[in-house]
Amino acid sequence: MRYTKKDWLLGGLTGLALVVILLLLSVLLGQIAWYGAPVISVEFLTESPGADMVSGGIWPAIYGTVFMTLLMTLAGVPIGIATAIFLSEYASPRSRLAKLVRIAVNNLAGVPSIVFGLFGLGFFIIFVGGGIDSLLYDDTTPVWGRPSILWASLTLAVLTLPVVIVTTEEALRTVPREIRDASLALGATRFQTVYKIVLPNAKGGILTGVILAVSRGAGEVAPIIFCGAANFLPYLPTDLRDMFMHLGYHVYALATQSPNVDAARPTLFGTVLVLLVLTFSLNLLAVIIRARSRAALRT
Amino acid sequence: MNVPDKKNGKGSLDVKMETRGVNVFYADNHAIKDVDLDILDRSVTALIGPSGCGKSTYLRALNRMNDTIYSARVEGRILLDGEDIYGSGVDPVEVRRRVGMVFQKSNPFPKSVFDNVAFGLQIGGEKDKDLIAERVEESLKGAALWDEVKDRLQASALGLSGGQQQRLCIARCLAVWPEVILMDEPASALDPIATAKIEELIRELREQYTIVIVTHSMQQAARVSDYTAFFYMGELIEYGATDGMFTRPARKRTEEYISGRFG
Repeated sequence: MRYTKKDWLLGGLTGLALVVILLLLSVLLGQIAWYGAPVISVEFLTESPGADMVSGGIWPAIYGTVFMTLLMTLAGVPIGIATAIFLSEYASPRSRLAKLVRIAVNNLAGVPSIVFGLFGLGFFIIFVGGGIDSLLYDDTTPVWGRPSILWASLTLAVLTLPVVIVTTEEALRTVPREIRDASLALGATRFQTVYKIVLPNAKGGILTGVILAVSRGAGEVAPIIFCGAANFLPYLPTDLRDMFMHLGYHVYALATQSPNVDAARPTLFGTVLVLLVLTFSLNLLAVIIRARSRAALRT
Repeated sequence: MNVPDKKNGKGSLDVKMETRGVNVFYADNHAIKDVDLDILDRSVTALIGPSGCGKSTYLRALNRMNDTIYSARVEGRILLDGEDIYGSGVDPVEVRRRVGMVFQKSNPFPKSVFDNVAFGLQIGGEKDKDLIAERVEESLKGAALWDEVKDRLQASALGLSGGQQQRLCIARCLAVWPEVILMDEPASALDPIATAKIEELIRELREQYTIVIVTHSMQQAARVSDYTAFFYMGELIEYGATDGMFTRPARKRTEEYISGRFG
């Protein structure tokens, strides 16, 4: 095929855009790796931070991030998948309720993350937590009604919910009507068809969506500022009502709260590197699962 | 009119399914108009007619597959061994176990050959592994596929050829021991050799099952069926023994369609 002048022009412009993106990404990642890598050591990954926040390690932040991510996944993903199954498999296409839920989900996806933070503070901590306190305890020191890893995780679960619902529903819709019909025609109930035919065939897509949602939630900082992340807490959370350190929030704290910003810089880059590696490995896992499930469907 | 001229037909003369005043609507579209038709036990009944005449819609009414389409509505009575399958308290799942279906496009599950055939038994609650293996073999033999797949029962069904996939779908249907098998243009996507195999299979299955087949090909209807029903614009125009209908159609419309003047 011969290229015309217009082809060269369009090809050149789009190619340029690609180069700009690759350049930006490699500068960004290169800088983080360059400054961050020298800081990484066994002590940095396994020790608590010193009193000045800069010395020592970031283990409580790694632990807190992973713990929070697990709680968030446990709380949000089952509800998200269940909602998607209802929307795609049970609700009639003209159902008002389904339409309403879809509108709500789409709006939820567009809400800025700091708003989720305020929601978490207002709903989970003050309303739910405070409610439990006033029911169970007489004195005024809050037990449940204060920031904690539980409320932060639940807030993030709400944040990731729309992503889980939308991607799961998409994955369910890719299962062809023909094999659903085949199952029903063999005398399978709707539940059996969903459970034995639709879900196994949508598994790859659902898992991919879930992991991407989780990896987004793991890196969010704004929603947890009010809800449970601690500036400096050199021990690990042992109770759901404890506050916790978080890699993303630690970066924010180091950059804004540390007494000597210049001295904090290496620790800062090291923390960012660890956070990136965590979320990237989640994304990589999603890519691998997607590739595998596609290969399984083809053969 | 609804009972075919029996003296020219083959097979049993008992009525297996009886449909009376059947109307099917898709939203406001009146797809099937007041169809009365008796389907005789252990015989092959072909439904023919031009595209869009409603023959597939009528077929899907016979095992309540139209239930899965939200806008579809079925009126009238469809009796299976004298019992209305649309009656209150009748479970469509139960109906579909007795009235199986083979689709136009072969639709094996993305599972192994074995699991495809075993699926219907497993969802029916069958746990006995030996019994399942036995029924899978029997069904694959019944669908004339056993010799071709006996060495690769654990291989994916999607690796089979188009004709093999369609016979696998027939085997899957046989495994739950249905009484009636509905086939919606089962050979329309297959090459002539695979089509011939399916047609031969249909003739063999007639010994044990009641078969209703929708087909576009009049030659196919003539080759495999005992009775033929001609549909046009949602109405049943003519119904009778295949031999008689293809040689001396009673209605002018039928004659025109059969002789290829329209459709």
